[in-house]
Parts: sequence; C-alpha cells; structure tokens
Amino acid sequence: MTDPASDTTAFDAVEVVIPSDPAEARSVQDRIELSLAASDASERDIFCIKLALEEALVNAIKHGNQLDLSKSVSISYQVLRLSFEIRITDQGPGFDPDDLPDPTAIENLERPCGRGVMLMRHYMSDVEYYPPGNSLRMRRDFKPKQA
Amino acid sequence: MSGQPRKRLEVEELGDIAVVNFLDKKILDEQNIQLIGEQLFALVDNDKKKKIVLDFSNVDYLSSAALGKIIALNNKVKKEGGKLVLCKIKEDIKEVFTITRLDKLIKIVDDQQAALQAAS
Repeated sequence: MTDPASDTTAFDAVEVVIPSDPAEARSVQDRIELSLAASDASERDIFCIKLALEEALVNAIKHGNQLDLSKSVSISYQVLRLSFEIRITDQGPGFDPDDLPDPTAIENLERPCGRGVMLMRHYMSDVEYYPPGNSLRMRRDFKPKQA
Repeated sequence: MSGQPRKRLEVEELGDIAVVNFLDKKILDEQNIQLIGEQLFALVDNDKKKKIVLDFSNVDYLSSAALGKIIALNNKVKKEGGKLVLCKIKEDIKEVFTITRLDKLIKIVDDQQAALQAAS
C-alpha cells in the first residue's frame, strides 16, 4: 500500500460540486482521465479507475440524488505519483453497502442490477463508505513501472 | 430522419442467427445504454430472433448498467427458448464477466465461428 505522506503530489487536489446531471459527471471524468494519462498510471490503472468512477458517479447521481437537478454531488480528487484518490458525496439518504445482496450468488445472477459496488471494490485498492452511506472515498495504488 | 434515435448496433443476419456488433467503444453513458437495450430487446420482441450472437470486438469499456441490459436480454432470449452467445471480448472486459460470475450464466466463446456454432 502507498503511504500518502511519502507520495509526491503529481497534481493539485481538485474539488468540484456538480448538479445531478450525467453530462456534468462525464466532463469531470474526462478531466480526471486527462490527469491520469499525464501521470505514472498504467493503461490498466486507468481502465480500472474509469470503470470504478463510472459506477460511483452513476450511484451518486441516479440512486443517491435520484437525478434531482436541485441536488448536487461533491467530488474531490487527487492524482498522486503512485496513487489516485477520490471522495464523492451525494445528497441522498445513503445506504448500507454491507447490506447489498451478493450479485454472484446463484439466485441473484439473473438480476440485472446490483453489481456497481462490487466492481468498484474489485477495481480499486480501497473503498470506504461513510455513514449514512452517501459518501465514499476510494483509492487505487498504481503498479510501479519497471525501471 | 430527425427524431430517430441513433443506431447503436449493427445487425447481420446469418441464417436464423442475428450477429450484433456494438458501434460504441464505451458502453457507459446511461442514455446510450438505454438505447442499446431497446435495440437489443427489439431483436427478440419485434424481429422474433431467438438466436443472438453479441460481438464485443469493438468494445473497450462497459459498466454494470450495460451488464444489466445483457442479463435482461439473456432472460428474454431464454424465455423464448433461444440462445444468447457472447464473443470476441477483450481480456479487460472478460474480467468483468468473470468477477461478476456472469460467465456462468451466459455462454462466452472466443471467436465468431465458435459463437455461431454455440448459437445454432
């Protein structure tokens, strides 16, 4: 695991607040991708972060804020030399991430939803929810490139 | 033609099998996923296709919402007594199907030839 204290900052921390509009989220995602492309993140790191970010933002806008344009999503992120970290907070009631049905259980395989949190946990090094479950922080440590 | 939703899929008919190519590299955007779902479901509901091959060679990214549409299509095809087969999935994307165990639910093969055989 990367010790954030020893990780030299590659880019300044960014804080943005967007309305619950998928187009606004897309624009933030594009900016993050540009920063990642200019960092030491590998193609694999970028793939994993993009996928997790998509799930987290869709959850915040659609499930958290119910696409209500009067509600906003706060996003703060930082691309470090060896990791990427982001915190996303919506204005919904939150949920208990440990109370989700296991989407890989045989009886749930045919259910078309409920896989977003699982994908985020797989593709990021760490995902942590804060009560009441409307705010999460996730981090991915980059695989060091060979010298 | 204004007002017509943009085509998200290219469908080729090989006998009684519909071979579907995705035109999007990223199946992420909610609106696109909605359209892709509608166009996939129309193959079963309107065109009465029971054997469908989805060719993923063009796809670089997909989200859990896109997985949801593929599962719903699989349920629909199964209900009609048909078969859904996925092929030419890039390694990164294949991992998404593996970790969600959807590879246990839906037939996935490497190339289109194997997909046509599995669907027929």
